[in-house]
Amino acid sequence: MPQPATGPRQVLLVEDDPDDADLMLEALGEGALALPAVLVKDGEQAIAYLRRQGPYAAAPRPGLILLDLHMPRMNGHEVLAEINRDEALRRIPVVVLTATDNEKALLDAYDLHANCCVRKPADQEQFALVVQKIERFWLRFNQGPP
Amino acid sequence: MSAMTIGARPIEILLVEDTTDEAEWTIEALRDGRVRNRVHWVEDGEEALAFLRRQGRHAAAPRPDLILLDLHLPRLSGQEVLAEIKEHPQWKRIPVVIMTSSSDEKDILMAYDRHANCYVTKPINMDKFMEAVRSIEDFWLTIVHLPAA
Repeated sequence: MPQPATGPRQVLLVEDDPDDADLMLEALGEGALALPAVLVKDGEQAIAYLRRQGPYAAAPRPGLILLDLHMPRMNGHEVLAEINRDEALRRIPVVVLTATDNEKALLDAYDLHANCCVRKPADQEQFALVVQKIERFWLRFNQGPP
Repeated sequence: MSAMTIGARPIEILLVEDTTDEAEWTIEALRDGRVRNRVHWVEDGEEALAFLRRQGRHAAAPRPDLILLDLHLPRLSGQEVLAEIKEHPQWKRIPVVIMTSSSDEKDILMAYDRHANCYVTKPINMDKFMEAVRSIEDFWLTIVHLPAA
């Protein structure tokens, strides 16, 4: 099976709901790759992290971003737009992971070049499984940008 | 529309692949998947665009929900097809999975720059090839919310 060219990379979780964040961190830790994951709680923190600003000066570039849509300060759509405007960030794969059932919000995310959109299942076990499937596909089978 | 809620109809997949063995392995792996799907196989880039435009023998073609695209194709390359798809107002949201034997950095960067949704390198070994296709099925057909037109 092909391995990512650049080796395992960090996953950046952008999630304001502490329960969802805990579940995702736990699912990633229990996944086949057990990759390091870092949590930020709103869109502004996500952009600061990606640009290595302030407390994030030593942050590595993540290999994958899991992005919630509804967040305080800067929402997921604004984060996607900002990532797209930035040549240094625009190739990082972004998986939108959201509870919304608003079709327009999901289409807008695709228009802003989210790599894909996944709905969060209400059931916790299903949610953990979905997170592990995301990890498995993106970090084991997908070839990320070098 | 979601892979989980399309329900009544199969997921329509456009497979653009010029190597017969690999196309047959892909179709077989998808046939064994849990989600009902219908694969439409075309063998070069020009025919992929004809399918999307419903030209010639593709007059009754459905809009694909997902495109599996090889890069090294006769007549029109996968990178050119990708650019056409992602610049077209009616096609740009259709997820494009690049499936290629190339792990050349230039190919990977160009594909992401042209908004490929993901990039999977095809293993040479048949079992591993089919495992890669099943991973695509397990992700893109079972948990992704595929965009409606």
